[in-house]
Amino acid sequence: MQTVYLDHNATTPLHPKAREAMLPWLGERHGNPSSIHRFGQAARNAVEEAREKVAALINARPPEIVFTASGTEGNNAVMLSLQTGHLVISSIEHPSIREGAARLERMGMAVTRVSPGPDGVVPARELIAALRLDTRLVCLMLANNELGTLQPVAEIAAACRERGIPVLCDAVQAVGKIPVDVRQLGVDYLVVGAHKFHGPLGAAALWVRKGRELTGLLVGGSQERRRRASTENVPAIAGFGAAAEAARVELDERRALLAGLRDRFEALLPERVPGAILHCTSSPRLPNTSHVAFPGVEGESLLIRLDLAGYAVSTGSACSSGMVEPSRTLLAIGLSRDEALSSLRISFGITNRPEEIDGFLDALVREVAELRRVAPAGVSA
Amino acid sequence: MIAVAMSGGLDSSVTAWLLAKSGVPVVGLSMLLWDQSGVEAHGRCCGALDLGDAKRVAQQAGIPHYTLRLDEEFRQKVVDPFVKDYLAGRTPSPCVRCNTWIKFDLLLERARRLGAERVATGHYARILEGPDGPELHTALDADKDQSYYLFELTQEQLAASLFPLGGMTKPQVRELAREAGLVVAEKGESMEVCFVSGGIREFVEAQVAEHPGRFSGARLAEPAALVDSGGRELGEGQPYYRYTVGQRRGLGLAAPSPLFVLAIEPEANRVVVGEEQDLLAPGLLGERLHWIGRPAEEVTVKIRSRHPGVAARVRALPEGRAEVHFAEPQRGITPGQAAVFYQGTRVLGGCWIEGRLG
Repeated sequence: MQTVYLDHNATTPLHPKAREAMLPWLGERHGNPSSIHRFGQAARNAVEEAREKVAALINARPPEIVFTASGTEGNNAVMLSLQTGHLVISSIEHPSIREGAARLERMGMAVTRVSPGPDGVVPARELIAALRLDTRLVCLMLANNELGTLQPVAEIAAACRERGIPVLCDAVQAVGKIPVDVRQLGVDYLVVGAHKFHGPLGAAALWVRKGRELTGLLVGGSQERRRRASTENVPAIAGFGAAAEAARVELDERRALLAGLRDRFEALLPERVPGAILHCTSSPRLPNTSHVAFPGVEGESLLIRLDLAGYAVSTGSACSSGMVEPSRTLLAIGLSRDEALSSLRISFGITNRPEEIDGFLDALVREVAELRRVAPAGVSA
Repeated sequence: MIAVAMSGGLDSSVTAWLLAKSGVPVVGLSMLLWDQSGVEAHGRCCGALDLGDAKRVAQQAGIPHYTLRLDEEFRQKVVDPFVKDYLAGRTPSPCVRCNTWIKFDLLLERARRLGAERVATGHYARILEGPDGPELHTALDADKDQSYYLFELTQEQLAASLFPLGGMTKPQVRELAREAGLVVAEKGESMEVCFVSGGIREFVEAQVAEHPGRFSGARLAEPAALVDSGGRELGEGQPYYRYTVGQRRGLGLAAPSPLFVLAIEPEANRVVVGEEQDLLAPGLLGERLHWIGRPAEEVTVKIRSRHPGVAARVRALPEGRAEVHFAEPQRGITPGQAAVFYQGTRVLGGCWIEGRLG
């Protein structure tokens, strides 16, 4: 059976250049970057070369890049060093931020959660109004993983800078899809994950503005300038570097390609599946993400039927759809439980072809009609 | 397409593997029934680890697999009634309810939504085509027979069900799993009540404590009075819901001959005990009488899953009630258990035990 992957916000296939950069380290080469001998020197070189490439992708300086194992780790490392005071997050952050905030709250910190409007964008004015004298950190993602909507990070960072409040920006969904420039954004911490833009799993970066501190989660070694103890994951980091370079070189081309696929889908959808509702299309957003409600259809069943038909999509962020509960992000933009449970996220990737979009639409038409026939009651209670 | 209910245990895994091997399109479905976060529960049918095994077996069998979250329905249809039964002095049979309400009702409906026509499970029972439609029969392996737990199914449900293990023995099933190299090949049997990880009393008390609104009027942890059939108090026991009719051990009473629980009276907070012969009853009173096909009068009834069965005559009463008169008196008529009617290997139907006759 032909299978088409339309879930690139969950993870992406490895770029051939990333694979090429990794293969030597999975085969004939090995070395601990901290070792003095030539094996170590070569491994160190691979890590530092990757650091330069990752830094270049987000207009950062290489020493400001801390390699981590995941975006979650980067988010946790910044947040969990806090102990007292006040924290502001948006209510549509990734669980690694949301649950980090909940833990800090249990430890006695005050947390303000700012909700987005129906457009999927957190109003900058409201977030700025939530800042307090004792605010220790603001967490705001650059692009929402489910809706793809872009958040007013630069505007909020400017306001925070005036008040001396550091900003943590989870840019995992944005990097590689739109230009990301840490200087323009004016944030203090920024998180990047390799596997969202055709790099390998297990490699991510936390950018820390020079002068900002980072108390690492892991101790026991002087790696990453004492900010993250652990022997570096050399193969993954090498692949990360190559993927970052490819993303930087191909960025404009990728944006155009992704937007073309998405626009084709969104233009054809309304006539093919009458009643389908596209969310947040007039908001600033990623070029690759469509979020659609199919009223009266249970999203989980539709996802499974599409998968059986060869099309992989998602009902929300992968973290919340192993089992189905209404997405908090969708509830936060004002959708009802039923609307939220009838929604699918389709996230296109650079390897998708226009014919696949057409095939996907055919499958959608078929499966939505079939679901309406066998389960006319629609969404279960 | 056939949907296989996969628990992650040996039986349902082999079922999935057999069907996948036969070449029909198969989809594996697991049900998340009971959220036991924080509870270590390896080897039980609803543990998260087992769902992981189901996914691995599905990969080995080369079939897609999905997990459906049915925990709210499971709580309403199985767990809450289980707790209420204990509070009412009955000894429930949750596996029957789970089969009736979850596996062959809800799961079949969900499977149809996904485009499947039939649901296969790893039950040891057989569905045979009879002159009046599908019939439910015991498994060929009498030791493993699970037909008792399926008595509430309808002919429509049987027509949409498959029990591929009904003609096999457990050792054969395990051998198949080994030959196929399934990761669950050496797994043991799952426990009887999958959602209770400690003692039943503790479970009942914890449920009532956590959700007082669902079990109003529950009287917890008060010691029951142990009385004889004449009403004479013999001592103080544990809370009444700790006891089962027919129980002999753990009464803590000194008596010349062994004592057994004869009846549980939640209202009076009393547990009536007596001698073994007092347990004997000529028949039982049942409720929610169900026939899979045509009703019958002369049956063999099993009054609990491991009961050998006794000849009986069924007399239907209004409102789904029934009297079941045994050919010979039976001991241990336990309210809350199922009385299942057989004719040879065929399951005709059954009812739920309310109490004893005579």
